[in-house]
Amino acid sequence: MSVYDSLDSITEELHKCMKCGNCMAVCPIYKETRQEVGVARGKISLAEYILSGETEMTKGMGNRFSLCTTCMACNTNCPCGVRFDKIILAARAEAVRKKGLQSAKKIAFTALKMQRVFDFGMKAGSIFQGVALKNIPNRHSKLARMRVDVGIGKEKVFPMLAKKTLRSEFPEVIKVKNPKLRVGFFTGCMINYFYTDIGRAVIAVLRENDIEVVIPKFQACCGIPASVNGDVASARTLAKRNLRAFERIGADALVVACSSGGTAWKHVFGELLENDHELKALADKWAKKSYDISEFLIHQVPFKKEGLGRVARKVTYHEPCHLNRGQGISKEPREILKSIPGVELIEMKEPGRCCGMAGSFSLVHPDLSGQISDRKTADIQTTKTDTVATGCPACRLQLQSGVENAGFDEEVLHTVQILAESYRVGKEELKRSK
Amino acid sequence: MLAREVLEELVQVLGRENVLTEHEDLLTYAYDATAAMKHHKPDVVVAPLSTEQVADVVKIALRYHVPIYTRGSGTNLSGGTIPIEGGMVLSMLHLNKILEVDQDNLTATVQPGVIIQALNDEAAKHGLLYPPDPGTVTTATMGGSVSECSGGLRGLKYGVTKHYIMGLQMVLANGEVTRWGGKTVKNVTGYDLVALFTGAEGTLGIITEIIVKLIPAPEARKSMLAVFDDVDKAGRAIAAIIRNKVIPATLEILDNVTIQTVENFVHAGLPMDAEAVLLCEVDGYKEVVQREAVLVERIMKEEGAVQLKIAKDDKERDLLWLARRSALPALAQKRPTTVLEDATVPRSKIPDMLKAIRSIATKHNLQIATFGHAGDGNLHPTIITDERDAEEMKRVHLAVDEIFETALALGGTLSGEHGIGIAKMKYLNREFGEAGVAALKRIKEALDPNYLLNPGKIVRRD
Repeated sequence: MSVYDSLDSITEELHKCMKCGNCMAVCPIYKETRQEVGVARGKISLAEYILSGETEMTKGMGNRFSLCTTCMACNTNCPCGVRFDKIILAARAEAVRKKGLQSAKKIAFTALKMQRVFDFGMKAGSIFQGVALKNIPNRHSKLARMRVDVGIGKEKVFPMLAKKTLRSEFPEVIKVKNPKLRVGFFTGCMINYFYTDIGRAVIAVLRENDIEVVIPKFQACCGIPASVNGDVASARTLAKRNLRAFERIGADALVVACSSGGTAWKHVFGELLENDHELKALADKWAKKSYDISEFLIHQVPFKKEGLGRVARKVTYHEPCHLNRGQGISKEPREILKSIPGVELIEMKEPGRCCGMAGSFSLVHPDLSGQISDRKTADIQTTKTDTVATGCPACRLQLQSGVENAGFDEEVLHTVQILAESYRVGKEELKRSK
Repeated sequence: MLAREVLEELVQVLGRENVLTEHEDLLTYAYDATAAMKHHKPDVVVAPLSTEQVADVVKIALRYHVPIYTRGSGTNLSGGTIPIEGGMVLSMLHLNKILEVDQDNLTATVQPGVIIQALNDEAAKHGLLYPPDPGTVTTATMGGSVSECSGGLRGLKYGVTKHYIMGLQMVLANGEVTRWGGKTVKNVTGYDLVALFTGAEGTLGIITEIIVKLIPAPEARKSMLAVFDDVDKAGRAIAAIIRNKVIPATLEILDNVTIQTVENFVHAGLPMDAEAVLLCEVDGYKEVVQREAVLVERIMKEEGAVQLKIAKDDKERDLLWLARRSALPALAQKRPTTVLEDATVPRSKIPDMLKAIRSIATKHNLQIATFGHAGDGNLHPTIITDERDAEEMKRVHLAVDEIFETALALGGTLSGEHGIGIAKMKYLNREFGEAGVAALKRIKEALDPNYLLNPGKIVRRD
């Protein structure tokens, strides 16, 4: 029984908690609110009360369970080994079963399922977004702010929608001469619609390493925004669609450049489809060959060091929660950065501290998300670097927003973009020397 | 339920955002870190932002007879913050400023909601140290720590919380704001109320400001681990170290059950058949540390340690301490419920206590692992069980009774560092006798005649 099906599935997980409160030391939300309900121990207690029947699932309970960025910092600090990420997913799924999705979220998720509508909406959006968003002059990338407050504040900075989605920019199969591998690229929504620059970097780096890249046109949203908010039905539909799209096209491996996408392919699809033998087998098969781009470049390729050109950047690295704690990938991006000539890596105070984005969390709790972000921004500023690298487009958005609002000059990039830059410079250097 | 006018007055003083009344929020203040305790939901949770607001809240509570349960992080192990009579939980977490670090007088002034580690981080910037270091150093508040007089690993050499509290600002049960003690080393003006309020578990007044003593941080440290095949030999080693005039900063012991559990959990390289492991750290000036380390090493060998490891650097030190650090997590992950006691005996009685605990475990067919602060006699017999098993829990309670009996018979005390709260109230008679308990009660009633502050803890109203 998976956490998505029943609250009973987490009974043992709940019993493990001895209420020591060690989660208070690391919870980004509790640090801001200093209210017991903000921290894992508080929400574990609420889940226990519901399971024991002492109280029932209310809308108010659902709101309390929304207070979690699923950063998993409490998991790592828990002496009893409680997997709070499982507890929160189960509690949210239960809240949706009993009380329904909060209306705003529901609209967003239904749209995600209907990709054609979504595609059209996003494309139309890129033309008409000037109506809602106001351009911000920025040296590094196209950013915008909301013109009107639609309930998430006007503080948040958004990247402008791409003129063309990544998937329409490239053919389904990108051939190279003498390919040593054929790799499926799961783009995820943010890279497809907003941060196409990350997607182009992934493709360029893989091609540079003689890898054929395939990008199935009919891949869908990873479904994580749905599953973490308890919309299990939508998440299942999306999981099935993704598995079928990649199975049809076939590949030796699958890469993602987004921590949610990685989590989805490695863990969540299998859990969601646990009760369907055929699909579960398919999910497991793909889970085994799914890699984050940095993991793939270090352990599977391993990527070419010759041809790397000089990139003069002082870089600090922010760990996406679902890459670091979620997938155990922390050394790899640093290893990539350190191998690039000219890059100086300067660690920030708490690189593993959540940036507060947490997908839709930042839409539901914009103030809290902003407060958490401010701490991260301050830590970045103290490093006196010119670039923040990270491994997740959602973190990138939050970090960009923080840096922009604080008003200092710092470029926010995905690690793979800096690697792509280095290969590019390498080629230019070679051309010049000839 | 509280009357509407009480809530309205509280909101007027504190603002709506600092007064929690919704069921879902209140439920999360019905417990603390104490195992197997009945939960009690408060009627309201308030979070003041200033001493004046605390005083105003107390006056409202006094007028409407609302019990006040002052709470920091709720990490205590005695049921000390559970609101057993309902009423109001007074969360001090918004009073979380370090007001001053005074390098000339070697003091710091903090608000009660400051986390202990935050004070230590601030002190460290000036090369100073606040020595009390309970296991909850990264989560517990200073207010809670002073109220429980928490101890920790450095008790042997540096003492416990009460040795570092120089002054307190208190809101009394009548709503008056008072100050006791201050930055002077010497102070004999009137009764020593700083000492009285420290460890009073919030039953005599509400702490709103704390002046603590800081010390220069030791320059160097050295850790070693010694394995013994006999508890008595370990006991003799402890005595011999002290007799040789070495006072280690920490001297910890792990018994056989703990060693086996830890070894299965982290594979720290301890022999499974070891009867006891001693972990010792000396600190101070480099030269002194060097001399003391050699001496401790010699003593351990002379007393029959079968294995001795000395950390050459910080990395090796962390490895040695891995076993001790993992003790509680390893035990906690074995079974769902962890009953952690803190009966304390004179350090010369450690081997007797360890043996007694083992026979109690056998008698009641329970898993009891013991580890703790051997240097100061403060042991943590830890019963790993499952509170859903009613029959086993009955045996757990019997075993706990016997552990306390044994500690008292050996000249020890019920609680070394966790406090009395609700959990150990019924045993007080055995340590103090009726006259002693009556004296505690008269003190309580002199300062809090209406049993407004943390009622139902330490002493009970007739």
